[in-house]
Amino acid sequence: MNATNALPAKQSQRITKTSLLQFLLRGRAFIALILVVIWFTWTLWPNFLSAENVVIMSKHVAQNALLAIGMTFVILTGGIDLSVGSLVGLTAMISGMLINEGIAIPAIGLIVYPHTWTILVISIIIATFMGAVNGFIITRFNVAPFIATLGMMYVARGFAGLLNNGYTFANLVGRPELSNTGFPKLGAGEFLGINYSIWLMVIFAVVAWFITTRTPFGRHVYAIGGNERSAELSGVRIKRTKVFVYMISGFCCAFVGLIIASQLVAAHPATGNTFELNAIAAVVLGGTSLAGGRGSIGGTLIGAFVIGVLGDGLVMSNVSSFWQMVIKGMVIVLAVIIDQVQARMQERIALQQQQELR
Amino acid sequence: MSEQAALTQSSEMDTGADTVALRAENITKVFPGTIALDNVSFNVYQGKVNVLVGENGAGKSTLMKILAGVEQPSSGHIFLEGKEIHVRNIQEASRHGIGIIFQEMTLCPNLSVVENIYLAREVMLRGVMIDKKAQKKQAAELVTRLEQKIDPDAQVSELRIGQQQIVEIAKALAQEVRILIMDEPTSALSATEVEVLFRVINELKSRGVSIIYISHKLDELLQIGDYVTVLRDGKLVETARTADIDVSWIIEKMVGKNPAALFSRQEHTIGDVLLRVKDLTLPKPGGGYIVDHVSFELHAGEILGLYGLMGAGRSDLVDSLAGARPQSSGSIWLNGEPILTRKVSERIQSGIVLVPEDRQRDGLVQTMSVADNILLASLKKYLNRFFLVRKKEKDAVGGMIKDLSIRVANPSQPITSLSGGNQQKVVVAKALLTSPKVLMLDEPTRGIDVGAKSEIFEIMSRLAQEGYGVIFISTELKEVLAMSDRILVLSKGAITGEFSRQEATEEKLVAASAIGHGLAGTANHNGGTNPNERN
Repeated sequence: MNATNALPAKQSQRITKTSLLQFLLRGRAFIALILVVIWFTWTLWPNFLSAENVVIMSKHVAQNALLAIGMTFVILTGGIDLSVGSLVGLTAMISGMLINEGIAIPAIGLIVYPHTWTILVISIIIATFMGAVNGFIITRFNVAPFIATLGMMYVARGFAGLLNNGYTFANLVGRPELSNTGFPKLGAGEFLGINYSIWLMVIFAVVAWFITTRTPFGRHVYAIGGNERSAELSGVRIKRTKVFVYMISGFCCAFVGLIIASQLVAAHPATGNTFELNAIAAVVLGGTSLAGGRGSIGGTLIGAFVIGVLGDGLVMSNVSSFWQMVIKGMVIVLAVIIDQVQARMQERIALQQQQELR
Repeated sequence: MSEQAALTQSSEMDTGADTVALRAENITKVFPGTIALDNVSFNVYQGKVNVLVGENGAGKSTLMKILAGVEQPSSGHIFLEGKEIHVRNIQEASRHGIGIIFQEMTLCPNLSVVENIYLAREVMLRGVMIDKKAQKKQAAELVTRLEQKIDPDAQVSELRIGQQQIVEIAKALAQEVRILIMDEPTSALSATEVEVLFRVINELKSRGVSIIYISHKLDELLQIGDYVTVLRDGKLVETARTADIDVSWIIEKMVGKNPAALFSRQEHTIGDVLLRVKDLTLPKPGGGYIVDHVSFELHAGEILGLYGLMGAGRSDLVDSLAGARPQSSGSIWLNGEPILTRKVSERIQSGIVLVPEDRQRDGLVQTMSVADNILLASLKKYLNRFFLVRKKEKDAVGGMIKDLSIRVANPSQPITSLSGGNQQKVVVAKALLTSPKVLMLDEPTRGIDVGAKSEIFEIMSRLAQEGYGVIFISTELKEVLAMSDRILVLSKGAITGEFSRQEATEEKLVAASAIGHGLAGTANHNGGTNPNERN
């Protein structure tokens, strides 16, 4: 880093120019976000940026962003998690069942109604455990992540349906005498005028950013995605780390499932259907490589916002849902193409720096 | 042998200038972090064997890849029979009649011999279906011409490495080639297979095919070659007719200076026993042993050389010590304490660390920066409770870059932008930061330039002085002899010789490495890969 400073002024100027272009390419998702916001603000004036609308959009974004944060860990290791949508549904159904029907213990003919907080914790533990099962199948039995989580996608969705024979658990308000009230607060509650789900997104993003950039675990995640063999020979515990990333993904699913069930005050077994695809799209749009090893939480967050804002903006512009899909699809592919261009350019810049060193 | 005599005769009888079939003019190729070829002009003579030699990383393979259309030159021109051609890919090269046999096997193991030979050039029946009969017949003829008993329908993965190489050659012959590039074709062949190959080469020559031949085996290329071109550090050093030169000429041109000057070995005192290994065994799937009950001791401050032919089990031995082979068994004591852990991470913690043979596959994380690669194995050291402290990381990286003089503009740049030698130093730095007691270096000088080699030796020597136990593997006899305090020779997984620095000679090492192979100790100047099968 000192070498760059030591270079003659002319050279460092050239570096500044290329690094500006690099900065623009790197920040492309952010630039795309700004453009999308400007476009919709202009065409939908003044409704798009109304406080009400911003809150609604952020709520939509928050759910996808939470899933995408968990997915980022998985994809950074070079894996994929297709089960997140189903795990969202399963968590929603479990929380609904615990509130409305409690836990029946036939042996003593008793039904236990857990406290609301306990319900949250149980739901989270189950989803995280399902993530651990994913990781376990992938690492111990050497099953491709795509297949293992595809299996989990069906299994979890099936269980979600089985919990109430395919019916919805409605009116999840609990009963004061069972001290299991207050569940809807999670979805509707606010702190400093901002919905809890948005706070959760912020907290998760900060913690995840911290983990990925500042902890050995995060570094190991990147190393596994970059070159698993090298990582292993460097002493990284591959299996343990991999199981952990799927657990993180499951953990994130649990929160989204709870938030949705709470917002709707009902749990439907099809909750979260195809959410995994939106989460993957956000991760990829944010510049994370599906091959693993490259990407960031910040990118994922921006990716989630681009997808969310684009989706809501198009709905408000009365664009047909079919065109919405076409546009979303094109944006995702375009993002990956630009990603390739940037990667090649970055390589060239590094080469140039190295050449100047000689 | 009579053919060889005939060959020498014929090249002596050529008085006038041979015609140039292919000419590469002022070829330059820049890779991230390194100039692989620097303004090289190279003639390929019609109907001759044009040999290319040079050390690892001299640019031979790059030049071949450019001629075969695999890589594009950064600048320069290629002329085929006087006309400039542009070969943008292998298909175009083969349309011009240029065929290549790669050093790395490029066969699809899941397809049959016939399918591989005609891959992407399938013989078609009425333009829609593959004419399996015709393909099989032609393939059988090719294999017969190569004097091999290979079933054309056999799946390639079922063949021995040597046989696979023959299939590779048959694949090139199946196209009507005018220029055939062979990149180390004999590295996996047995002695008899090499003879067959040479007969085929002579036959091709008589049909006017020009051959470009790359090999590390200097005796061999003097035997088969007509012209020898030496490359060093991406530059063309000299071209000569084989008749006018000998092995020592080639070595001198290849190394460019007295080879001994490469090795900077400082005297160091050897301490107590640091590592004791007893009955280390790695079973071979399907019976037998890859590492066969190996026992030895390593002292503090000692450089222990491990020599052996390809497949002798050297790498498997150090991999087992590093904990990378869970199937291995045996006992290890470090400083008298038994090491019971079996995982890589735990072995690293107890002080045994490996710099693996293949740095691209096992040593580096290509997506990470130079700094992150250096730190990867020792992250726990930079922790402040839960998080990594930037300053500690930076200090460690900076210290290593200075200590090992890693040439990098900025530690945050991608590891792929560094030259091979500097990448290797990064892998060494990563190992050193784990504060090891025993450092195992598996072929640390493979594919890096002369300067970097010399620096790696310097580092090794310094580490020994500081009291590390160093295990050093190399296929290059000269390196092993120059650097080691003691040399163990492996053959077929077992130790077949142990020599002190004073006793060791090239002849003794080669003889010991051949035990169990049933071949006489034919000294191989480069100490290169053995013609025997590698299992």
